[in-house]
Amino acid sequence: MADSKDFTAGVDSNAKKSPRRIVFITRRTSAQVKADTEDQIQTFPEVLFRAAIAIQVLATALVWIALLFNAPLEGLADPSHTPNPAKAPWYFLGLQEMLHYFPPVVAGVLVPGLVVMALIVIPYFKVNIEAEGLFLKDRQRRLRIFYLVATSLSVFLLFFKVYVALIPTLIMAGVMLLAAQSSPQSSSAFRRYLVARPLSYWVMTWFLFELVVLTAIGTFFRGPGWSWVWPWQGS
Amino acid sequence: MAKTIDQYFDDLRETRVWRSIFRSGTGSSTLKRALAIQQNVFLHLFSTKVRTRMLSFSATWYLGTLTLGTFFILIATGIPLMLYYHPSAPQAYADTKDLQFVVSSGMFLRNLHRWSAHCMVFLVFAHMFKVFYRGAYRTPREFNWVIGVILLLMTLLLSYTGYLLPWDQLAYWAITVGSNIASAVPLMGNKIHFLLLGGNAVNANALLRFYVLHCMILPLAAMFFVAIHFWRIRKDGGLYSHSSEPAILRAKALTAETTAEEAQ
Repeated sequence: MADSKDFTAGVDSNAKKSPRRIVFITRRTSAQVKADTEDQIQTFPEVLFRAAIAIQVLATALVWIALLFNAPLEGLADPSHTPNPAKAPWYFLGLQEMLHYFPPVVAGVLVPGLVVMALIVIPYFKVNIEAEGLFLKDRQRRLRIFYLVATSLSVFLLFFKVYVALIPTLIMAGVMLLAAQSSPQSSSAFRRYLVARPLSYWVMTWFLFELVVLTAIGTFFRGPGWSWVWPWQGS
Repeated sequence: MAKTIDQYFDDLRETRVWRSIFRSGTGSSTLKRALAIQQNVFLHLFSTKVRTRMLSFSATWYLGTLTLGTFFILIATGIPLMLYYHPSAPQAYADTKDLQFVVSSGMFLRNLHRWSAHCMVFLVFAHMFKVFYRGAYRTPREFNWVIGVILLLMTLLLSYTGYLLPWDQLAYWAITVGSNIASAVPLMGNKIHFLLLGGNAVNANALLRFYVLHCMILPLAAMFFVAIHFWRIRKDGGLYSHSSEPAILRAKALTAETTAEEAQ
């Protein structure tokens, strides 16, 4: 019947310019058209100006810092006189802290190599894409694996006396246990947040935590012979 | 009636010379504004439109933009610094001293360059973690994440090579500590160490190598990858926002349709 038609038909009649096309727009097949409704803004000028302002704010702050604080400059390089401690740039001090505990081939080559590899493969693992709460599915088995990994990592760090890395690991393990004991219906917003975190979140957060702690310790808490020094003790 | 600055600017953009350089003319229509981006060799790396929601501070914290800002500052301060600097030992140290005490604003240039470099390293890390926690590495953006990791390593190398250039005790021993790690690579560690330094210890050869890497090879390589990084944002569908992903939108549209049908 003519009334039950659920599509409209159109014909492009200019055969000289384009081949003849017949279009059927049905209710079912136009999902993309319907979906494309999000508010958009022109890059020029709005977005470019915002970027320029952001950069200007940063530049102003940096100019102030440059006016107020002088870059360090010590005496002429002298290969015969080693300062104690000799420190790498701050972003490598986490690595240098590791070098204190492990042989160079582990701390200097294996660990950074594995970190870079791990960073590169993040988007190619399905577990990182799905992003479901770690303990929501298959809970018992995952808890067993978690206990196994957390315990062996802690024992390993304890065995090499890497307390500076052990403490953040134990704190993270504690938070993960809290996540495992929480339910999505919990009345606490924090616990609802924790329980929804996927595996990739936990691994990356542990890495970030270790990175910050080790870098901070290498920068502020290490003195002559890489001994522990409080920042206010001076050298 | 007096002209506003905007109108003078519009007049300028209508001149034959301006049109010959930038190709697109004035006008605030969507087309003209799209052309302003699309017809410019640098700006065409970006998309002509951005989702309004992605402009909010919380979406990105502007970390990528700010990283680019530090990179600009580093180029702008690095070039004048090069004019006063000889990459030879021990002249490099004397040049750095001159920058501190003789060259007008030399101290300021060096300060700004150094603090901006530290700032850039920090911002690159912050940008990476922010992108991770937003899940913005997901398909089809996988490779742009990988390029980001390459850029992170390049930033570290840029900062590390620059660290040696003042040729003071701090620089010398930081690079000695760092480059000794290269010796730990199994089998060819010593060869890599020698290749990096041009000798068995940090010396004048190392200074020259680090200078060439710092001022020439690494910045050019970084610009190359930054260009791909930006272009991929456009090609991969703009800045990532979970609820704007095609799959999510399609699912939402289908749900809405089903609900509407059930209501009938």
